[in-house]
Amino acid sequence: MAMVEAAPGQPRISNPRGLPLQSAFRTNPADNFTGYRSFKAGSFEFTRDEYFAHIRWPNGQHTMPVDAFLRALMRDVAWGFFYGTVNFDGVFGTTNYYGEVEMFAGAMNESFKAAKRDYIERFKSDQLMRIFKEMIGDWTNQGYDPFAAPMETGVPWGTKNGDNDPAVTRQRVTAKRMVGLPGDTPRRTDANGFPVNRMFADVPQDEPEVEVEPGFEHEVSAFNLFAYLSRSDVTWNPSVCSVVRESLFCPTSEEFILPVEHGNDRCEWFLQLSDELIWKIRDGSTGRDTATIVCRAGDICCMPSDIRHTGYSTKRSMLLVWENGSPRIPDLIREGKAPTVAVQF
Amino acid sequence: MTQYTTEFGALANYRKGGVMPITDEPRRFVFSNIFEVAAKSRPWERVVVGKNFEYTIEVSRTEGTSPWYTAAHDEFVLCMDGAVEVHLIKLDDPDAHVDPESEGAHVIDATMPEGRKMGRIRLRRGHMAMLPVGAAYRLVNDAAPGVVIYQSILGPVSVEKWAEICQH
Repeated sequence: MAMVEAAPGQPRISNPRGLPLQSAFRTNPADNFTGYRSFKAGSFEFTRDEYFAHIRWPNGQHTMPVDAFLRALMRDVAWGFFYGTVNFDGVFGTTNYYGEVEMFAGAMNESFKAAKRDYIERFKSDQLMRIFKEMIGDWTNQGYDPFAAPMETGVPWGTKNGDNDPAVTRQRVTAKRMVGLPGDTPRRTDANGFPVNRMFADVPQDEPEVEVEPGFEHEVSAFNLFAYLSRSDVTWNPSVCSVVRESLFCPTSEEFILPVEHGNDRCEWFLQLSDELIWKIRDGSTGRDTATIVCRAGDICCMPSDIRHTGYSTKRSMLLVWENGSPRIPDLIREGKAPTVAVQF
Repeated sequence: MTQYTTEFGALANYRKGGVMPITDEPRRFVFSNIFEVAAKSRPWERVVVGKNFEYTIEVSRTEGTSPWYTAAHDEFVLCMDGAVEVHLIKLDDPDAHVDPESEGAHVIDATMPEGRKMGRIRLRRGHMAMLPVGAAYRLVNDAAPGVVIYQSILGPVSVEKWAEICQH
């Protein structure tokens, strides 16, 4: 979600398990019955049918409901593998090494690991991303938007029925300095295709009163962030709205379930701007439940870097995700110098 | 069609959640509520409620007129309750007030800093404004107290009192 662009001097890529790079990728012709293509990346094979996504690897296989799989795949694609680990569910996922990525089955699952049934392969990020993008494009049917809340989109079920490329190729919003500044990310309006969401119909749309002296038009600027968020057409997809060096304010609107269990490799802050969001916290490596956090408007908390989290929001809510996009952090993580908990007191 | 009500918080009206531990420790989640923190702090005190390495989210209760501040980098302010006016001045000599290598907001000890007026901005709930590098700014709220948060960097006016504000 809130990944900064690759910065000059990006640190070296880590390969903590000493795995060889996989370079074999294949896209198979459409199945005669379902109409969907199947895909292969390294030894992982992906097929879908009317209801399920099936993942196979040399010593195992896993099945996910295709709606959950597509919502998770969409985030992994949109977020560029994101920070740390993106668990599609308790079995399958990816871990980002910023230039390379590990794809795993069971590596973050206590049972798989205890039985030594976990399986991991290593890829160049751009190569795996290419096949993930093909997959989300082919497996998303006309009328279904994996970014949308379930009540705001069609269904993913059934045999191949068209596609929805505009939905699955959305570009994430990344303001360079602040939304609304001249030359930066524009505000959202009816005119540019962002109507107010049905659950935010009561959010005031007034804009700040800005009086600018001549010559300062590029510096004296303000916008209505809550109105901007009320017009988001996606859920669980933070976008960068303001930037202080590597400090990224990435607010987002949330409805239904965060489609992944995110195991961040760094501390990640959440400030609930409106309504209520319930976080389910699990141990990062085993998946055991460790806590529940109820966040209401004004609550702020930080996810430690050794957990994984998912979230639930019935009424569409506004959440400020706050990330530190510093390129130093992967090195600090590797050297064990990055804090697990943001603040000790 | 269902009518939904969006619930924002306010100094006078917020419902705090919390951490319900199973095996984890609540203090690891650094949980607080910005309205509660603002209610219990002095006007314009910049209390750090989020800290990520050197970066901060700071909360202030807006009541009266703030000091003039400046920083060697951009900052941003988001109004979370009430209304507040932001005054901006382009400093004639920013380095005289703040070391260009320094971080965080610094107070300018002057009634009116030397420089050109850049403009002013009236913010209400949900409005965000840029506090640009090289400028001095102050916030004014002569109505009922409100709340703002700053996106900034830990500096001389940042107040850390984690044990006092966080669930543990």
